[in-house]
Amino acid sequence: MLTKRKSGEASRTKHQAVAAGLAAGVLDRRGFLKKSGLTAGALAAAGTIQLGSVRQARAAGSSATAPDVQIKKNVCTHCSVGCTVTAEVVNGVWVGQEPSYASPINRGTHCAKGAAIRELVSSDRRLKYPMKLVGGQWQRVSWEQAIEEIGDKLGAIREKNGADSVYWLGSAKFTNEAAYLMRKFGAFWGTNSVDHQARICHSTTVAGVANTWGYGAQTNSYNDIRNAKTMIILGGNPAEAHPISMQHVLSGKEINRANMIVIDPRFTRTAAHATEYVRIRSGTDIPVVWGILWHVFQNGWEDKEFISQRVYAMDDVRKEVAKWTPEEVERVSGVPGEQLRRVAEKFAKEKPATLIWCMGATQHTVGTANVRALCILCLATGNVGKPGTGANIFRGHTNVQGATDLGLDVTSLPLYYGLVEGGWRHWARVWDVPYEWLQSRFDEVPAVAGRKARSRKENMEAPGITSTRWFDAVNLPPEQIDQRSPIKAFMVFGHGGNTVTRLPEAIEGMNKLELLVVADPHPTTFAALDARQDNTYLLPICTSLEMEGSRTASNRSLQWGEQIVKPAFESKNDYEVLYLLAKKLGFAETLFKNIKVENNVPSAEDLLREINRGGWSTGYCGQSPERLKAHMRNQHKFDLITLRAPKDDPEVGGDYYGLPWPCWGKPELRHPGSAILYNTSLHVKDGGSTFRARFGTERNGQTLLAEDSFTKDSDLTDGYPEFTFGVFKKLGWDKDLTADELATILKIGGDKPDTVSWATDLSGGIQRVCLDHGVIPFGNGKARANAWNLPDPVPVHREPVYSPRPDLVAKYPTRPDERQFRMPNIGLSVQKAAVERNVARDFPIILTSGRLVEYEGGGEETRSNPWLAELQQDMFVEINTGDAADRGIKDGSWVWVTGAENSSKAKVKALVTDRVGKGVAFMPFHFSGWYDGKDMRDYYPKGTDPVVLGESVNSVTTYGFDPVTGMQETKCTLCQIKAA
Amino acid sequence: MARMKFLCDADRCIECNACVTACKNEHEVPWGINRRRVVTLNDGKPGERSVSMACMHCTDAPCAAVCPVNCFYTTADAVVLHSKDICIGCGYCFYACPFGAPQYPRVGNFGSRGKMDKCTYCSGGPEPDLSVAEYEKYGSNRLAEGKLPLCAEMCSTKALLAGDGEMIAEIYKQRVIKRGYGSGAWGWKTAYRETVAI
Repeated sequence: MLTKRKSGEASRTKHQAVAAGLAAGVLDRRGFLKKSGLTAGALAAAGTIQLGSVRQARAAGSSATAPDVQIKKNVCTHCSVGCTVTAEVVNGVWVGQEPSYASPINRGTHCAKGAAIRELVSSDRRLKYPMKLVGGQWQRVSWEQAIEEIGDKLGAIREKNGADSVYWLGSAKFTNEAAYLMRKFGAFWGTNSVDHQARICHSTTVAGVANTWGYGAQTNSYNDIRNAKTMIILGGNPAEAHPISMQHVLSGKEINRANMIVIDPRFTRTAAHATEYVRIRSGTDIPVVWGILWHVFQNGWEDKEFISQRVYAMDDVRKEVAKWTPEEVERVSGVPGEQLRRVAEKFAKEKPATLIWCMGATQHTVGTANVRALCILCLATGNVGKPGTGANIFRGHTNVQGATDLGLDVTSLPLYYGLVEGGWRHWARVWDVPYEWLQSRFDEVPAVAGRKARSRKENMEAPGITSTRWFDAVNLPPEQIDQRSPIKAFMVFGHGGNTVTRLPEAIEGMNKLELLVVADPHPTTFAALDARQDNTYLLPICTSLEMEGSRTASNRSLQWGEQIVKPAFESKNDYEVLYLLAKKLGFAETLFKNIKVENNVPSAEDLLREINRGGWSTGYCGQSPERLKAHMRNQHKFDLITLRAPKDDPEVGGDYYGLPWPCWGKPELRHPGSAILYNTSLHVKDGGSTFRARFGTERNGQTLLAEDSFTKDSDLTDGYPEFTFGVFKKLGWDKDLTADELATILKIGGDKPDTVSWATDLSGGIQRVCLDHGVIPFGNGKARANAWNLPDPVPVHREPVYSPRPDLVAKYPTRPDERQFRMPNIGLSVQKAAVERNVARDFPIILTSGRLVEYEGGGEETRSNPWLAELQQDMFVEINTGDAADRGIKDGSWVWVTGAENSSKAKVKALVTDRVGKGVAFMPFHFSGWYDGKDMRDYYPKGTDPVVLGESVNSVTTYGFDPVTGMQETKCTLCQIKAA
Repeated sequence: MARMKFLCDADRCIECNACVTACKNEHEVPWGINRRRVVTLNDGKPGERSVSMACMHCTDAPCAAVCPVNCFYTTADAVVLHSKDICIGCGYCFYACPFGAPQYPRVGNFGSRGKMDKCTYCSGGPEPDLSVAEYEKYGSNRLAEGKLPLCAEMCSTKALLAGDGEMIAEIYKQRVIKRGYGSGAWGWKTAYRETVAI
């Protein structure tokens, strides 16, 4: 037997060894494989793995004996938890990844994706240089040529068809600064059709939650779930979608012996750890939530004091809930009344209780209404605004919260300023450009098909087209599209093409576009699935790990990410590409007026400072780059549960980790951020707040302001409206403003200074004085159980467009046909036709979709990572054992899944399991690269095809859109499955 | 010296596969070789549980007992390692191992499989610690740097524990007492001929 030597060499680190190898030219990946004796067969077995173009890692000079290992921190891009990634960099090469123990969020841990993230920056599957299609063939072009040609084409299309004919699709993987820059870019281009992935994941959450109590975001944090005694996870599978959140969920479950209730059509990996699993029929969330509330009201378990102080119109909800007797709930959703009684009693009585939801609740034609019902359940039981409670909404990408906040949205400007004149004028002041010039950039829309014409001003204030329906805005007859022209050009940044429903129609749209530009680290589905021949460009963008900037995690904490390594290959970052495009289009100087640009790269710090100068409405004003960087340096000082640093710390004393918004006032004010929203037990200077008074002060004789409820040590001890200079004068607080602050307010206000508010005062004086008086700038209002401005002010059940229960459609029809976001939404007509055609007989299986832990989103990036791809090599459909037996389908065999529209079909493997109930099938949404059973690998530019390809679930998904946000229906359609 | 062990808390494991990709990342293990993997029992049914599996670095390791060329050795930390210079790729250890740990680059009989590869507990091989030669053959040596195996360090829910056997058993014991349930230290009886008594 050999004996291992243990010498005193431990001071040498592996980096010295690695660097020595690098210098000697022996240690790229290929070298390691060869020396480790593992090369030949393993790779042959993989079949599709090519190692030919691994980027050569080289160390400079002969410094091998004492390499300089640099530690760089950034944030994992694969979900919204915000895990710190700690990279070890030697001579510009990312050589190792270490656990990030200092981060209070991930505490060293990662999921499969985070633990494999180093691969992304050196992936040989990346798009390496700009390319364009010439006669159906991909050709390499220079950046100069690409920008020049794209700019000329955009100019010509704009000239002929107007600004709205170009669609700008941004990304939830953008930094805050890039998201803000792209929204600003859209404004300068002259369109509101600027969107990103939030549309298809949590747009309904943002709309539903903001319309209930003020802001569209997670109220508490992942860490705070450790305080909960009961948690309901409805329509979410964090064990696969947000694995690191499960560290907090399971710790809470263990430490408090908490109830963990999972409500889902599918027995998920999360459900496997639950104390109670409730199986529902997909699309019946409202009946289930009302079914829970029925027991709450019936037994008097509601929090009466909370409701009377802080909730408006709960009685309207009682009337609707009364209809949902246990019998009716079971008839519609399949859940027994006794089980819901148990859930209701725990949620209402074993407090604090939190409600966690994800895309199972949001991606429905009733998405906004679902979210509203969930918020109402929290309100009725007093489970919001305290530790351990709240709506813990898990979002999907690194910065989907931040990109939403910063206005990659067709209905708002950055930080939720509306598309109204006041909002535009606010940003015109921040951007230092004339409002009139911005207006001149927008189209005039002629009167068509009985619709009124729109002036430039009216068009500037009209919401754009949602990304869920960009292709409808290409394909539909022009008279149905309420803008100057249908969409002719599509600019896609960091966004998969297989993520929207009705893929066959999306492909038709791709084929019809006059210009398609994909700016992404990978070619994406857009490059592979269509039959385009020309006028298609691929721009290589670096990953988020190769650029600096801030990212907002789901809990509203901002984290500053450093550039780990320089952009690989010829890729550039988003800032630079937007700068080059603006320069070509002639508005770079005004766009970057107050932002430093070096070597064509705009400064992320300066972009954040500009956000700080304008971000009053959402409290994005206090998070300066300096403060955020100090937080990353001092990560270890923040408490695991409260996320707060000790008050006496010189750099981050008293701050909550990442200064979760709202972080009021200027950075110098050192507001700590708000770890838990609407928490009245804290002073506003400690992050306390109330429900936001954003819906007026009174309605139908009832007050909309809080009663006998206020934040700790508040000067005002009752409800109050939002603060303006006018309100300040009445209270005599205008005297507390400094001369400079007053001058700024008077300058902004012009002849109406009283209207200058906490959100438009660029001096920050109003917010500063509010904080000194212990009041919250946005007012102290009630949350709304009745949101009168929404299509269903009190949520009502509506059957899915493609319902498996045609017998229920007459009683619970979807909403009437209506025009939304410049286009018709004909959900009811489609639903009626489906019932008439008896679709439920021909397509008897409910099809729902969701995430796998190994992949993310459209999946091009993660399916290109061999460490992940090896773990999931085939697209599949989960089919119940009974349904499989009826159809003679064996586990692992090929099947055809056919959809209810477009004669669509998808060839996938069968996974026979009782994870899904009888009559239900599940498909993951990360696959693409096959279409109609055909492998499209050859359509990718050579060497950029992902390791694993497969049929997209969206080949067979169908019509259906939420009336408030245009959210697509991905969780409930119908299909048929047969052996292939 | 410490007696290094692995312990997977099946009530915490969510089959996220972080341990699998962390291993790939740390050692650049190629496609087809899985030093660690996650096994799920009762998949999709009530009672579903997952455990992360790799070489358990057994007491009186059966792989070493059957190896015809004596390529295995046990370190002072009780980690079971092997020499790829000596290994002849016969595959006996694969049949002897109760955990399916040994991996081979090729499918075939006897010597045609190539050199065996397996979890090194992130502690390299017989070459000098942290040498290029060691890294090339076995991947990195975290133990020599004073670090633990990356799979356990990065485990999303802290289900997979690595470290001195007594310490990790104590952590697990405290956890089970606190929460009131635990399905036991999976594989311990086979690997270490003991269980965690609670």
